[in-house]
Amino acid sequence: MYRQAPRLLIRALDGGRGGRLIGRAFSTDVPAASVEDSAFVEAWKKVAPNLEPPKTPLSFMRPRPPTPSSIPSKLTVNFVLPYQSEISNKEVDMVIVPATTGQMGVLPGHVATIAELKPGVLSVHDGNEVTKYVVSSGFAFIHANSIADIVAVEAVPVDRIDPSLVQKGLADFTQKLSSATTDLEKAEAQIGVDVHSALNAALSG
Amino acid sequence: MASAAAGSSAAVPFWRAAGMTYITYSNICASLVRSCLKEPHKSEAVNRENVHFVISKWANGKPEKPTIRSDSPEE
Repeated sequence: MYRQAPRLLIRALDGGRGGRLIGRAFSTDVPAASVEDSAFVEAWKKVAPNLEPPKTPLSFMRPRPPTPSSIPSKLTVNFVLPYQSEISNKEVDMVIVPATTGQMGVLPGHVATIAELKPGVLSVHDGNEVTKYVVSSGFAFIHANSIADIVAVEAVPVDRIDPSLVQKGLADFTQKLSSATTDLEKAEAQIGVDVHSALNAALSG
Repeated sequence: MASAAAGSSAAVPFWRAAGMTYITYSNICASLVRSCLKEPHKSEAVNRENVHFVISKWANGKPEKPTIRSDSPEE
């Protein structure tokens, strides 16, 4: 059912574009939802004028930073894993993410992008220091306000990878790939070869 | 899910063509990366990813015998 979604969405957009010239706005361009519901607050004050109205979850959240009118000088990066947050609100000069379409360099002012990541190296550049992580897979969301949210399932600094295990794995999976019969076995062996070659490249690059 | 209606002509990744979902692919990639770690980090990662859960299917309003799925050996 969801396989048809791209086709249906394109049809919907084309129909819409016939009537409107502007495409959809980015989430960071739309003004943030107002923090309190004024109708509720007024009704509360009528009933209980001496008590403070209770706060809703929306009022605890910080509003999303709007898209600045001029390109900011630094990129704010959030890099999270399921079990911990590696980088949180760090201002850096550039990140290079291993997208499925190739290594993508993200500078401040990058166009808003959602990138699916492939196994590879994520490098964070801040001045002269570069921190490299090996990422297994995940997504990178770059927003129009120069904030990059990168989520990965597993990411380790490059120096925690054991080269001998990588070579052994690569040899194993190359052999499995040549001897695989069903589609599924071939796919799994191919994934193994891809991941291990990416790890290899990370160790040497 | 693997419908024959070729409404979208998007090129699918090889794993999806072989019938695998993205979550399965992503989990396989992650476990391969974990298996290539150096020693203290590798055992930490393996311990962190251990799962132990019990599934009970229900039929006719009654639970059937539960199945235990676990990475830790049963005592």
